[in-house]
Amino acid sequence: MTVRIFVPRDAAALAVGAERVAERLASEIEARGLDATIVRNGSRGLHWLEPMIEVDTAEGRIAYGPVRPSDVAALLDAGLANGGNHPLCLGKTEDLPFLKSQTRLTFARCGIVDPLSLADYRAHDGLKGLQKAVAMAPADVVAQVTESGLRGRGGAGFPTGIKWKTVLDTADERKYIVCNADEGDSGTFADRMIMEGDPFVVIEGMAIAGLATGATKGFVYIRSEYPHAIETMTQAVGIARAAGILGASVLGSARGFDIEIRTGAGAYVCGEETALLNSLEGKRGVVRAKPPLPAHKGLFGRPTVINNVISLASVPIIMDKGAAYYRDFGMGRSRGTIPIQIAGNVRHGGLYEVAFGLTLGEIVDRIGGGTATGRPVKAVQVGGPLGAYFPPALFDTPFDYEAFAARDGLIGHAGIVVFDDSADMLKQARFAMEFCAVESCGKCTPCRIGSTRGVEVIDKVAEGIEPEQNLALLSDLCNTMKFGSLCALGGFTPYPVMSAVTHFPDDFRPAPLVEAAE
Amino acid sequence: MNQHISSLDISARTLDIVSEMKSLEGPLLPILHAIQAEFGHVPQEILPLIARELNLSRAEVHGVVTFYHDYRNHPAGRHVLKLCRAEACQSMGGDHLAERVKTLLGIDFHQTTLDGAVTLEPVYCLGLCSAAPSAMLDGAVHGRLDADAVDALVAEVRA
Repeated sequence: MTVRIFVPRDAAALAVGAERVAERLASEIEARGLDATIVRNGSRGLHWLEPMIEVDTAEGRIAYGPVRPSDVAALLDAGLANGGNHPLCLGKTEDLPFLKSQTRLTFARCGIVDPLSLADYRAHDGLKGLQKAVAMAPADVVAQVTESGLRGRGGAGFPTGIKWKTVLDTADERKYIVCNADEGDSGTFADRMIMEGDPFVVIEGMAIAGLATGATKGFVYIRSEYPHAIETMTQAVGIARAAGILGASVLGSARGFDIEIRTGAGAYVCGEETALLNSLEGKRGVVRAKPPLPAHKGLFGRPTVINNVISLASVPIIMDKGAAYYRDFGMGRSRGTIPIQIAGNVRHGGLYEVAFGLTLGEIVDRIGGGTATGRPVKAVQVGGPLGAYFPPALFDTPFDYEAFAARDGLIGHAGIVVFDDSADMLKQARFAMEFCAVESCGKCTPCRIGSTRGVEVIDKVAEGIEPEQNLALLSDLCNTMKFGSLCALGGFTPYPVMSAVTHFPDDFRPAPLVEAAE
Repeated sequence: MNQHISSLDISARTLDIVSEMKSLEGPLLPILHAIQAEFGHVPQEILPLIARELNLSRAEVHGVVTFYHDYRNHPAGRHVLKLCRAEACQSMGGDHLAERVKTLLGIDFHQTTLDGAVTLEPVYCLGLCSAAPSAMLDGAVHGRLDADAVDALVAEVRA
């Protein structure tokens, strides 16, 4: 029987040499006349072990990593094709502690299947959710999503079912589903991974959203920084259309739904839903004032569901296994699982999907293994460039929307960036303001002007110019931005800034004056 | 890049692209992407043409082109090197690597070397935050960069 060897095609694996490993493996297989084939899967999410290759054996899949091209010949000599032993052998993939302790619902297939094989997708429970949805009344589909407790995974945490119900209840001849794949937050890559590793689950989720709300057209807006995701999603949509999953008749039903892939153009603010809608319409990505809500007047003025990739990708399993199955995971009002992205200066970086409720400390220290440099953790930023910096003193915070909010932080898109003790928090606060100034759409004054003034004020603090007055001014400015901005860009930039000031006051004290020496 | 194409050719090709994509819903961004893919930048002189074809004002088209970081108004170097400057890469020493690259190339961000070999750009997140610091060279991604790795990238674009 032909042996299947898996070499990831995920961008994180490609960035550390997976393509050259695959090429080397292909030529060695040919030269040795081995009966083996290479499958380009998504990533399992153990990014410190990438490129991590796997081989299918009678006992299950055996993993090896991190593999360099120069390791390939020795691996084959050691009997890679039969799961043979070698210093790079990690044992059975499923027994790796980082994977074994996860609860993979949304990412159940990611890294396991060939992302562009519909046969693989079906063999791993794909399309079961859509099949059920096709046979249901739209209101029942919406009710099931509402009951699951699923909240928007893009960052705002708004209940997905409520959004869908509003669109369902708004009569119009044309409605849209928009998938927000403008994942611009540093420290986040879950959207990219699922699009590259299991694109059909996103398509299935969008089709279910279409059936549930009466929308017939969907757009996936993917940022241009993700060329691999764009390529995979584009191919997957073509395959799904050819197979009758998309098109005039979804899975042979009387209802139609189709998807178009669109590419962003490098504007961070387009991750904000109304800016994204303007961008899709061919306008400047400027934020719209709400109301009207996108659910009432969204894309081209029509009722529009706009959801994050992970929200949509979580819907198929909710439809397949039921609302209660999903809702039973989690804590408080944060139900289900959350794909946590562990990044930055961390030993074991990658994607870790788990029910809500783990503490931040467990994630950083136990799962992430502390810093990559081996130095003490100074701060972690949770939720991207608009998320707060937390010191180890707050590591007992459980991963839960409300618990983070109670400590002036946010989960956002669930990315965690770890910093060691060499980080300068004043510099990080300044960067947050600078980033906001670069990326502000310019519509509202607190964000457009406030961010530039913020950089100047922080610079004054750094130079030791009236530090106390300037820190008070900074706090006042942040207050204005927080409550006066139209969207989360200006409104949340105060989180990283004020958390840095609050938790790391030493970094904001003026450096001792040296010029007095002369 | 195709700097020697005559303005007549540019107009003709632009009209082809616009007529091909005009029927899309919200066609302007896809059209601008296609134009940049064709010419390496969005030539200023074709903006009135696009405006006319889409029944927009020239100001609207200009506003869109200038809003988005991706669209260039002049050609880039033969290679484009994008260095990630976001927080995850900062936490792994990305700022030092950026300084190193700037020194090696003798240019700052948004500049092109005099020999036209490479344009250096900042990018705010490539989604490779677990393999930081990261970069993208002509569409190919590179992670876990260190001084040796960026030296190799610079050597590659200088070759």
